[in-house]
Amino acid sequence: MKPGPFDYSAPTTLGDTLTLLADLGPDGKVLAGGQSLIPILNMRLARFPHLVDINRVTELDTLEPVAGDGGGVRVGALARHARVERSAVTVQACPVLAQALRFVAHPAVKNRGTVCGALAHADPASELPAMLALLGGWVEVAHAGQATRHVPAGSFFLGPLESALGPGDLVVSARFPGVAGRSGTAFLEVARRRGDYALCGVGAAVTLDDDLRIVSARAAYVSVSPTPLVLDLTDAAAGRPAATADYAAAGRLARSAVSPEADIHAGEEYRRELAMVLTERALESAARRAGAPGRGGVTS
Amino acid sequence: MTAEQLHEITLEVNGVPHRAVVPPRRLLSDALRHDLGLRGTHVGCEHGVCGTCTVLLDGEPVRSCLMLAVQAAGRHITTVEGLSGPTGELSAVQQAFIECHALQCGFCTPGFLTTITAFLEDHPEPDDAEIAEAIGGNLCRCTGYQNIKAAVRRAAEIRRDQAAEVTR
Repeated sequence: MKPGPFDYSAPTTLGDTLTLLADLGPDGKVLAGGQSLIPILNMRLARFPHLVDINRVTELDTLEPVAGDGGGVRVGALARHARVERSAVTVQACPVLAQALRFVAHPAVKNRGTVCGALAHADPASELPAMLALLGGWVEVAHAGQATRHVPAGSFFLGPLESALGPGDLVVSARFPGVAGRSGTAFLEVARRRGDYALCGVGAAVTLDDDLRIVSARAAYVSVSPTPLVLDLTDAAAGRPAATADYAAAGRLARSAVSPEADIHAGEEYRRELAMVLTERALESAARRAGAPGRGGVTS
Repeated sequence: MTAEQLHEITLEVNGVPHRAVVPPRRLLSDALRHDLGLRGTHVGCEHGVCGTCTVLLDGEPVRSCLMLAVQAAGRHITTVEGLSGPTGELSAVQQAFIECHALQCGFCTPGFLTTITAFLEDHPEPDDAEIAEAIGGNLCRCTGYQNIKAAVRRAAEIRRDQAAEVTR
């Protein structure tokens, strides 16, 4: 299994990269970490006339906390999974992103793969699109000669492996907002081995009022829908104190709302069961964190 | 497309610079084996699953089948051939693999050795869960992994002994 022929450029500035991508139009394909693209090329599932390698565009290798405007983190196009997972910036400003990254692939793949690349790849079995959707994040897309546009998660992921990116577009960063006030988050996943594709993964975000009652509960799903699914589970859980909320009811709601497909690893029914159980546990865990400031998941 | 692009690159492998002329589609794994003749790096699945092609890029494990050779120009690459000492003495990890019988057919071994070498640099005293996670991305169809895990623990021990000897 070897890739078919292609031309290759490795620009060193963002400006040159965008010009090149605009000139190439539909013939150009961005190569970032390559951990999804190169397998596709090796297996010849797709061919691209010209790869534009952004690995030498060091100005895209950024990871920064965001003050105000929802907080959280801004992840540059060259920030790799391993760095984003381990960074104190992520752990403090967006802990659920670090939690989800623990489940992404194996160490050698994390050393190359990029967060923005995973978003652009738009794989419904990937944890990162679900995290962007859970947190209400967006992708910053640059195009030569145009203003940078912010594409929210809800309109970025169009289908399995299909995003809103057009010819000449480059994802320059992704913004994962934090959660406000008395809020907590959690991420759980079941895979056959740690690092393998999830049979089902669930990220949850819960917000409490001053009396520790649930005012908002939502969850986002990995591997059980064609695009990242976000469920508002507030009705099932709201109004009760976090300690006695009916998380099982929220789980049952999730069970019927997901639309998993069967494959060699797990049937549809089993994946629904996982969505139910993981929803219950993730909400409970997120609510516990929301009620215990300083234990992660809380930003002011 | 007309004639295939060719790139003249220098790959620094185990401290030695090698020049090669490669098309962009040449995978790093193939450049190491075919262009440079360093066949210690094995090629299994060629889509990033099996881990046998793992090499160290500036000290960090990466899949050489998921990188283009042109991307590795200017970086420091360490392959299994570079793990032993200058006079051929085995590294702690290699020694531990022998002592613990951590290989049978040996096909997956280069990937395990490079992966574990980098892992122990970051985790000199690993626990069992850390070990399982560290080698989770490498497949072995012979051993059942138990002896490989034992070898990681033994390698950590050898490294500690060596460090103690140096400071004594």
